[in-house]
Amino acid sequence: MSKLNRILGSIGLSAALLSAGVAFAADITGAGATFPYPIYAKWAEAYKAKTDTGMNYQSIGSGGGIKQIQAKTVDFGATDAPMTPNELDLAGLTQFPAVIGGVVPVVNVEGVAAGQLKLDGAVLADIFLGKITKWNDPRIAADNAGLALPDSAITVVHRADGSGTTFIFTTYLSQVSTDWKRSVGGDKAVSWPVGTGGKGNEGVASYVQRIKNSIGYVEYAYALQNKMTYAQLKNRDGHYVSPTDTSFKAAAANAKWDANKGFYEILTNEPGKDSWPITGATFILIYKSQEKPANAVEVMKFFDWAFTHGDQMASDLDYVPLPSNLKNMIYSAWKAQVKDTSGKALWK
Amino acid sequence: MPTFLREASLKRQTVLDLLFRNLTRLAAFMVLALLAAIIGSLIVGSLPAIREFGFGFLTSSEWNPVTDQYGALIPIVGTLITSGIALLIAIPVSFGIAIFLTELSPNWLRRPLGIAVELLAGIPSIIYGMWGLFIFAPLFADHVEPWLNDHIGPLPVLGPFFSGPPMGIGMLTAGIILAIMVIPFIASVMRDVFDVVPAMLKESAYGLGATTWEVMWNVVLPYTKIGVVGGIMLGLGRALGETMAVTFVIGNAHELHKSLLMPGNSISSALANEFTEAVGELYTSSLIELGLILFFITFVVLSLARFMLYKLAKGEGRGA
Repeated sequence: MSKLNRILGSIGLSAALLSAGVAFAADITGAGATFPYPIYAKWAEAYKAKTDTGMNYQSIGSGGGIKQIQAKTVDFGATDAPMTPNELDLAGLTQFPAVIGGVVPVVNVEGVAAGQLKLDGAVLADIFLGKITKWNDPRIAADNAGLALPDSAITVVHRADGSGTTFIFTTYLSQVSTDWKRSVGGDKAVSWPVGTGGKGNEGVASYVQRIKNSIGYVEYAYALQNKMTYAQLKNRDGHYVSPTDTSFKAAAANAKWDANKGFYEILTNEPGKDSWPITGATFILIYKSQEKPANAVEVMKFFDWAFTHGDQMASDLDYVPLPSNLKNMIYSAWKAQVKDTSGKALWK
Repeated sequence: MPTFLREASLKRQTVLDLLFRNLTRLAAFMVLALLAAIIGSLIVGSLPAIREFGFGFLTSSEWNPVTDQYGALIPIVGTLITSGIALLIAIPVSFGIAIFLTELSPNWLRRPLGIAVELLAGIPSIIYGMWGLFIFAPLFADHVEPWLNDHIGPLPVLGPFFSGPPMGIGMLTAGIILAIMVIPFIASVMRDVFDVVPAMLKESAYGLGATTWEVMWNVVLPYTKIGVVGGIMLGLGRALGETMAVTFVIGNAHELHKSLLMPGNSISSALANEFTEAVGELYTSSLIELGLILFFITFVVLSLARFMLYKLAKGEGRGA
């Protein structure tokens, strides 16, 4: 008996020590989008080393992030598809972008190397609609003089799970093709007219690498890390561009950000001759009226630190940091919008 | 020992017995309570979808998160077809494995082979999925599917089921991977029940001049049919609910194709893929209703198996 008591006692003691430890360092918690997880984790690690404040981020998906912040189980939510100004008002949330990424069409066609294939938005939409079924279709060939495209059927690969990547991609297709807009639309998961579904970016990447004559779309970082054959796209100004840091930054710089609308801005089909047409930001959600002001301040401090010190880390992981004018807009939005329950601004 | 002490200890024993009996009863009823709670929460969770779509949910092949229209036909068909293919392959192969292990194999080979089959059952399903996608699917696409297209594709009735672009990913691949996954289960159950057939019965049959096949078919199988059907049901149960391995190779497309070479979807892989990002009440509850349907299918299959065994037992002694 006494032995058991001792064991129980020590368990109780260590539990008390553990809970005391948690109480000391006020860690902040967030949940949501999977796409920015690597950079949030990297920032959190560096921030913890600097300030001793940890940040726990659960990458459970954008939908989960929105649910968690609405259930108030986390200090901030994260989503790839921005909430509309209307939804934000209803939920009492405010939203700001954290980092920018891009979606890249990738192909597996024999004899076609990275960046060689040029696609126009309407052609891309018709391939994903199943209207263009062969690689040597005259509409593909028209923009690709000198490229020997095979007489083989195109296999379309898309995401099987709901995802922000799909939201950005299908929103773009809706902007460039009325047919797509009418019959499919833009959302995190859609009713795909044709094709095979892979789970996650890695699922699509491996399907495209394995299935001959296929085309899919993945996050820029996946295309780069897996050395996949990406295609050039024609942007709104009619120029063919390759997916690079510069073309993503160009798209972000040309967007019309508006803090009053919760920075609701989808960076697809932006003007500018260098703009990559399928660019998107990933967003952070926090409450406007904070029941736990101390946590909210910690969240803002964390992102402030990330905006000032984290750009290089973002670039290293193939994300695109926010342009500095946008960062300044975010700081003023914090000042104007995030308050404690008595209405006092929390960010100075 | 004085009498009163003995009585006290007897009394203590009775109390302990009672306590123990009730504890075991509690544990057993806990399972029932859990089952009821799971069914209950599945039904409550799927109420919005049931109210919105009614029975049409079962027959609609629409799955469109943009317009919030959902139907379960494609995942149901995918689940049944892949499990069917799995059993079609796994039953004969497992039967062969079990016959070899119990009757034909030299003694020194029995143990290592038996252990290998059991090890196969212990491999996590995600490993099968990865192996299926990275190793099996490309081989299948390059060597088997073109052959199927050329030789079975032109046949009148079977043809349409085996023609399509050779992608290596699809319902047939999922069925084959599932077969590989359930073979160890079915085979080891079959081997175990074949082992308990009294040697006297088999030797008598051999003594009458029966061949090995006749002994297996007419003596061993009738003696062990309950166990064999049980093993097959165990395999089917695993095939119906298998998630990760199927998700890797089935293609995850909400499309209804005649061809088995084309991508499809199963209930469990639809759940695995879409639950995390399902936004909106109707989407989530449609997914939960899919789960309820899977639960129901499994329940029906198990009941059918029980019923079949009951029929078999009743018919015994009357035939021949």
